[in-house]
Amino acid sequence: MPTNILMPALSPTMEKGNLAKWLKKEGDKVKSGDVIAEIETDKATMEYEAVDEGTLAKIVVPEGTQDVAVNAVIAVLAGEGEDVKAAASSAKPTSPKAAEAPKPAPKAETPKAAPPQSAAPTKTEAPTPRSDGNRIFSSPLARRLAKEAGLDLQRVSGSGPHGRVIARDIEQAKSGKGLRAPGAAPPTGPSIAASMSDQQVRALYEDGSYDFVPHDGMRRTIAQRLTASVQTIPHFYETVDCDIGRLMAAREEINAAAPKDKDGKPAYKLSVNDFVIKALALALQRVPDANVSWTEAGMLKHKHSDVSVAVALPGGLITPIIRNAESKSLSAISNEMRDLAARARAHKLKPNEYQGGTTSVSNLGMYGIKDFTAVINPPQSTILAVGTGEERAVVRNGQLTVATIMSVTLSCDHRAVDGALGAELVSAFKALIENPVMMVV
Amino acid sequence: MADTSFDVLIIGSGPGGYVTAIRAAQLGFKTAIVERDYLGGICLNWGCIPTKALLRSAEVFHMMQHAKDYGLKADNVGYDAAAIVKRSRAVSKRLNDGVGFLMKKNKVQVVWGEASIDAPGKVTVKASKSEAPKGALPPGAYQAKHIIIATGARPRVLPGLEPDKKLVWTYFEAMVPPSIPKSLLVIGSGAIGIEFASFFRNFGADVTVVEVLPQILPIEDYEIQTFARKSFEKQGIKILTNAKVTKLDKKADSVTATIEADGKSQQLTVERVISAVGVTGNIENLGLEKLGVKIERGIIKVDEINKTSVPDIYAIGDVSGPPMLAHKAEHEGVVCIEAIKGLHPHPMNKLMIPGCTYCTPQIASVGLTEQAAKDKKLDIRVGRFPFVGNGKAIALGEDQGLVKVIFDKKTGQLLGAHMVGAEVTELIQGYVVAMNLETTEEELMHTVFPHPTLSEMMKEAVLDAYGRVLNM
Repeated sequence: MPTNILMPALSPTMEKGNLAKWLKKEGDKVKSGDVIAEIETDKATMEYEAVDEGTLAKIVVPEGTQDVAVNAVIAVLAGEGEDVKAAASSAKPTSPKAAEAPKPAPKAETPKAAPPQSAAPTKTEAPTPRSDGNRIFSSPLARRLAKEAGLDLQRVSGSGPHGRVIARDIEQAKSGKGLRAPGAAPPTGPSIAASMSDQQVRALYEDGSYDFVPHDGMRRTIAQRLTASVQTIPHFYETVDCDIGRLMAAREEINAAAPKDKDGKPAYKLSVNDFVIKALALALQRVPDANVSWTEAGMLKHKHSDVSVAVALPGGLITPIIRNAESKSLSAISNEMRDLAARARAHKLKPNEYQGGTTSVSNLGMYGIKDFTAVINPPQSTILAVGTGEERAVVRNGQLTVATIMSVTLSCDHRAVDGALGAELVSAFKALIENPVMMVV
Repeated sequence: MADTSFDVLIIGSGPGGYVTAIRAAQLGFKTAIVERDYLGGICLNWGCIPTKALLRSAEVFHMMQHAKDYGLKADNVGYDAAAIVKRSRAVSKRLNDGVGFLMKKNKVQVVWGEASIDAPGKVTVKASKSEAPKGALPPGAYQAKHIIIATGARPRVLPGLEPDKKLVWTYFEAMVPPSIPKSLLVIGSGAIGIEFASFFRNFGADVTVVEVLPQILPIEDYEIQTFARKSFEKQGIKILTNAKVTKLDKKADSVTATIEADGKSQQLTVERVISAVGVTGNIENLGLEKLGVKIERGIIKVDEINKTSVPDIYAIGDVSGPPMLAHKAEHEGVVCIEAIKGLHPHPMNKLMIPGCTYCTPQIASVGLTEQAAKDKKLDIRVGRFPFVGNGKAIALGEDQGLVKVIFDKKTGQLLGAHMVGAEVTELIQGYVVAMNLETTEEELMHTVFPHPTLSEMMKEAVLDAYGRVLNM
């Protein structure tokens, strides 16, 4: 019997992903463990390995398809001795195996119960209800064109009267104009600032005076998450100057003492940021009330310090996590960070390597930034924005002197962390970063 | 000293101009409108409205002549040409007064005279020949941040066929005939030509229509053209297509026309000639050349919100290009002034402007003809429904006509609708609304049309396009 190849769930929370690339063609032999496709989630591209053996009879979901629901059939594999053609013709989007999993959307005329949200690859024709219960206003022609183009109406910004989605919007959306991030509700309600439509923005600039670059999944995720963060999280900020003179000296000593392998490569090379990660992790252990996540029902008090570290990528950024950073040595943190950053730049992180975390570090010191504020990465409650370490004039005991100072700013979610609690965390961090010896204890 | 400085100054008070003025006033602009002849322009005074009054007389006359068909007696049915004209003029006067009232109500200042633009923001109004209505501002220098040109059009004149007001008429003279001529040559078979042909034929004139193109009503769908032509010919109107009037020899009370058709020349002597070879925009003496306003082939070049090439000068209606229709001018003006206000209105979709001709039978259409859709290489579905299948049409005694719809086969988009027959000018708007709302065949099929009405044919035509017609 032919085997259906289903859209994999690359993380527990994944509902849909993009089929970035097929690495096998129809008719290719597939062995267990062969990489057959690349699946793109909101932040990473993952290789998809075959579990079964056989011949790839039919590719159901072509590469480049966006928002393929988890467990949707993406291809059909003919087993050994099976008729490839017959297997191919059996290919149709069937129900995923799991009993409670979403079924393919019924045709509009079938008066069955509506499919669960983020259902199978086909979309219902009826106006899609928005998550807030409001109907998306759209013209019948626009709905039909969207269905044909495989576009989710929720993602199309309407330019018709009162934001109604009209045929022209679908035509434009096909080339990426006016497309919203998947899942992002259209801006409504007083809580969200009125933003300009794509057309209004474009109208401000002459045609040809700019290049149009359609958003990729990462850009959309950043836009969606950080907009939500600023709009829903009451941020406040606490800045402190840290004297990192001792840290710089210690770092030099430790790096100089690193054992070298036969190529002369040192076993570790600590960066200032590695100390920052460690210090923040330990500070959170000392002020455990600040190591929390807000939920409506109650506070999640995290036991470990999982520190997300912002890594800049071309066209975006990602925050791989050093888990249990409080219990890891500086060299372990350093090496792990190096590996995560390299794989992040190659878009090879697994979702569990960047999803979660209990706090974040964003360090722009290498760009010479003195101090700045960062946007909280929900559902975390804090993020530390780290500036450059530089020699500054300071006054000590009434004397003007020179010290290496690094300014850091902690952003806090006021729902979870109050001002004094934030200040405790900042003080704990300052104490550790200024006295790196304390980190060894 | 009267105030001479305005936010918006509109030149021309035709349907484009006066509607724009009202909308401008609604939007809070201090607005002035300049008119040299008649408030309401050609439409109200010498076009759309008075011809409808004339055609109504023709229709009632026709009904009275056919009273017997309805079981009625009407003996000695006759007409009084002067009274027909008088009624038509009274209708125009009433609406002309109405525009004056609307201007006052909306606090739009009427300025009387001929306007020319000296520079962006500056307009000089010179005295015109006609008498100013009460309350209008006199000629002089006026200032306005935004100037909207809405000066409309006038009959096009072809060399050799120049109207002389006596024997060779334009619509101006045709609208106020001293009597019904025994014979009439109508040059041009567009809406204006066909409406006059229909009117004069109804009152017994021997009418010949000459059209240079292969078909009459050149912008209509070929099936509608063919249907209408047969109907006109049955009424006794002679129609020459692919034909050209090359010469007019004027006698004391008649004209001998030389008509070339199919390479052959023929002569036709008629009492009067109506030249209805189209209209041309009034773009002269406005100072446009000096200002550098771009003009192409007699049409002021405008963008999608009717901005000209010179900042703060706009042009709407006939002067900004076809279709030269009152309702096009009105909507263009509204879009233009709303854009000036910063409301970001949607530009008008010219494919969704309906067109109506009030001859007998009436003709109405919107969107693409079947041929135009094919020329665009669109895959289409065509549906038709004849009046003979409609109960109301038969009850009315109007069982001749056709409704035709054109859909995009792939998307179900309604691309065009074309109708000929009784009252179709009042029906077409149903399809226009449907097109504007971007409905597909499905919504049209799910719409309940009242019974018994002519409008049921509109649904039947849609059903026919999808092989589901009921009453045929």
